[in-house]
Amino acid sequence: MEEIKAATRAENALDVTHLSVHYETTRVLTDLSFTVARGSALAIIGPNGAGKTVLLKTLIGSLPFTGTVRWATGVRIGYVPQKLDIERDIPITGIDFLTAREAVAHKPPHDISSALTLVGMPLQVAQRPIGTMSGGQFQRLLVAFALVADPNVLLLDEPTAGVDEPGQEQLNQLVRRLQKSQSLTVLFISHDLSVVYKYADNVLCLSSERAWFGAPSTILTPESLRQVYGGEVSYHIHEH
Amino acid sequence: MSIESLLLSIAMAIAAGLVGSFAVMKRMSLAADPLSHVALPGIGIALALHISPVFGAVSMLVFGALLVWAVEERGGATTESVIGVVFSAALAIGSIMTTGEDLIEALFGGAGALSLSEKIFGLAVASAIVVFIVVFRNSLIIMMVSPDIARTAGIKVRRFELLYLESFALTIALGLRYLGVLLMGALIIIPAATAKRLAHDLKGMMWISVVLSVTSTILGTAIAVHLHGQTGPVIVLVATALFLLSLLPQRRVSTVRVGSARGGKHA
Repeated sequence: MEEIKAATRAENALDVTHLSVHYETTRVLTDLSFTVARGSALAIIGPNGAGKTVLLKTLIGSLPFTGTVRWATGVRIGYVPQKLDIERDIPITGIDFLTAREAVAHKPPHDISSALTLVGMPLQVAQRPIGTMSGGQFQRLLVAFALVADPNVLLLDEPTAGVDEPGQEQLNQLVRRLQKSQSLTVLFISHDLSVVYKYADNVLCLSSERAWFGAPSTILTPESLRQVYGGEVSYHIHEH
Repeated sequence: MSIESLLLSIAMAIAAGLVGSFAVMKRMSLAADPLSHVALPGIGIALALHISPVFGAVSMLVFGALLVWAVEERGGATTESVIGVVFSAALAIGSIMTTGEDLIEALFGGAGALSLSEKIFGLAVASAIVVFIVVFRNSLIIMMVSPDIARTAGIKVRRFELLYLESFALTIALGLRYLGVLLMGALIIIPAATAKRLAHDLKGMMWISVVLSVTSTILGTAIAVHLHGQTGPVIVLVATALFLLSLLPQRRVSTVRVGSARGGKHA
């Protein structure tokens, strides 16, 4: 039985209870329950194959599941996928792609140029066919695409993968800034535990056996990380 | 050639150009080609029942598109094999049921004059396809880049997939009498493939594809009339010649770009 309901409880943007997902015959996620408060940031971590991407795809309604996924009423989701298989010679420019989003938006959208400015992409780059963009440029375009429709929830699947170091910092700060200024709810997958520690209010840690959910200080302990990743994991905690 | 027939062939070519633009970008030419085969048993059944072969073909094409759509729902690696097998079987069944002149005409188009109702039906269908693609091009583009993103943008992905497949199937039906099932697939794919090489953005892609498709149809028809030959094969040969021409400038551009070439796909 699957349900995606609009929540009556106003404080949470998302309530997930007893969520299980099967992929063909393999069970990917089992009995997962967590909540995401409005305006907070949830980091989803875990080793490869733990089902992080599957979880995000389930939350946007792309995969069948059992249990309950309850988004608050009025959420507008911006989704930035991990990687896309784009043909190199496809004659669609970044501007075409953003214009398409603007055209299908129900709400008066942000204009394209301000979305490009936010993600730090020059117009000349956006005018190029999407297949000729570098991985990092395309990633920024996807973030700009999500922003055009003025979302109040952002789902980011490793948004900084393939982006250069200064760009990563820029994207992380952008998401943080938007989260504060527009009280965005953010769910992001990351392998960078120092980023998780710095930006997340809560952490959902997935492994093949079980899941942990809580504040970073309680989840990101050397002990629990050893259990999840099966080895020593070092990361740098930014003390403030 | 009457004015209505000319109008109908131009409408057919515009629909083919637009549907083709998305077919070559969506990498769905693979599912689309076998889909065109399903028209054949439709013609066979219609001939056996003494009803209009066009009606039989259209019904089977609409049903075939629905079948592709339903099989795609299940996903997985088997989808393409299932589609390939089912529709190749349809071609075989159709070949048994349809024989001689009728078979040749169904495959490559024939000279048979169209009735008034067929002409009106054809124009209406072509207009509907053109309106659908032009109005919903933005949704189709987003779906093509990522169905997941499209879902979060509120696009009814499954519904649009079905509408697009039906547009493809009906475009094949439009060209049935004029080019035949085999050659109509070519008129959908070749001008769009040429446009993909030449265009830099979506608007350019759609315009170039339509202009090439219409040019191939008109020029091909004129040459065929002049040579007293079959129109379908000449139209496809003109489209092919235009494709070969498009290879020339592209080669110059690619030599300039060699230095900045990157990997073919996003990692």
